[in-house]
Amino acid sequence: MNVIETSGVGKRYGDSWALRDCTLALPAGHLAALVGPNGAGKSTLMSMTAGLTLPTEGTATVLGGRSPGSPAALDGIAFVAQESPVYRNLSAADLLHLTRNLNRRFDGGYARARLAELGIPLKKKSGKLSGGQRAQLALTLALARRPRLLILDEPLASLDPLAKQDFLAAVMTAMTDDGVSVLLSSHVVAELERLADYLIVLSGSRLQLAGEVDDLLACHRVLTAPAAEADRYAKELPVVQVRRAAAYAHLLVRVAGPAGRVPPGWESHPVTMEELVMAYLRAPGDGWPERQAPAALSPVQAAQSAEPTEAKR
Amino acid sequence: MTIDKGDSAIEFRLDPDSGVPTYLQLVHQVEHALRLGYLKVGDQLPKVRDVVSALTINPNTVLKAYRELENKGLAAGRPGQGTFVEGTLEQVTLPELAGLRRTLMGWLASADAAGLDEDGIVALFTSVVRDSRGGRGGAAPGQAGFSGRAEAGRPDPVDGAASGGAEGVA
Repeated sequence: MNVIETSGVGKRYGDSWALRDCTLALPAGHLAALVGPNGAGKSTLMSMTAGLTLPTEGTATVLGGRSPGSPAALDGIAFVAQESPVYRNLSAADLLHLTRNLNRRFDGGYARARLAELGIPLKKKSGKLSGGQRAQLALTLALARRPRLLILDEPLASLDPLAKQDFLAAVMTAMTDDGVSVLLSSHVVAELERLADYLIVLSGSRLQLAGEVDDLLACHRVLTAPAAEADRYAKELPVVQVRRAAAYAHLLVRVAGPAGRVPPGWESHPVTMEELVMAYLRAPGDGWPERQAPAALSPVQAAQSAEPTEAKR
Repeated sequence: MTIDKGDSAIEFRLDPDSGVPTYLQLVHQVEHALRLGYLKVGDQLPKVRDVVSALTINPNTVLKAYRELENKGLAAGRPGQGTFVEGTLEQVTLPELAGLRRTLMGWLASADAAGLDEDGIVALFTSVVRDSRGGRGGAAPGQAGFSGRAEAGRPDPVDGAASGGAEGVA
């Protein structure tokens, strides 16, 4: 079953497209990381999935063919928007009461047990809780609805390291115990490295890359080649990104299964998830490779571009 | 939230800088514990849920590691209970180990005399291990990456085995 399936889906706000031509099938059982710079269309895709936004074009279904926003879809999807939105004047107990009455399915016993385990007071106004506690409260309200798909929009942005770890442990435990599928957006790729087993990269309102992390890592390599030869091979190989020095070049290429070979004298290295994401974000095009090599870089520039900075975004 | 699970025979830890995929790190740690005798046939491996919350990793990663151990015949899943150790790794007896150690000490002395420093020794040892493993195992490590399979797609199994060996020496 696919928890999300879209076909040529797009969303226009006024003159500008927030998301364009997005075709995607996310199978159940994964924690999918949705990554991309601000304004790439992450939140748009999430709210479409949750049924809060209607697509301008294309079609989307959730939870195995259901229409987003339909009662069956709403019952099975929990969405926690950015910054753990809870009513700050209400206590945890009030919020439990409210959520139970607004939903057809709500496991109050689970929610109370979980809050007790976390030591979150029921009577205190949620605005007076710490950021970590508020995030856990929002997560508890979402999980108590017993969703099949949990959507978390930038859940880690405002959490300190300990709170982040506790929050993620809670999400992972829900995946283990209840088989919840998770779609989690973030622009910090490094912290998703051990969490996500499915990757969706959006940039410039378009889908750049999607697939299981292990498969994506297995079918990409960084080749280091003498500069003169690199040009020749760059035309033959599906090159995602080229970083060039005077004497040699690093080519991030997509290799096509067992047929892929390294020319003699070249080095071949595996890619990390972060490298892969950065390469696809830096070279946005429509869809998968056939990308143009950037203009030649001096060694200094090449070294700088090896460490992408947030400021350049 | 306590993550201390004293009842399980081993406790996993991850090295974020090793470059070894997470599931393989778990596999290696079980194999290591089997070699050293920390784990015996019938012992239960940590529950997926416990590993997931202790290390904050994806449950599918733990399942993949346990599946890999099952494929190697080292572990078996029992429905509703968990995963248990089934096999052993051929163990070298203590006297044999001592003998091997002596031989290696002799070799180290000659490497020292030849002027090789510690890094040089480790590099040489690693490369020899890799070469001899590569020769036996079929594909040379350099080509392994292009077989396109997830497991063979990274040189890590080779690296992991080699550095494990080097640690044993030190």
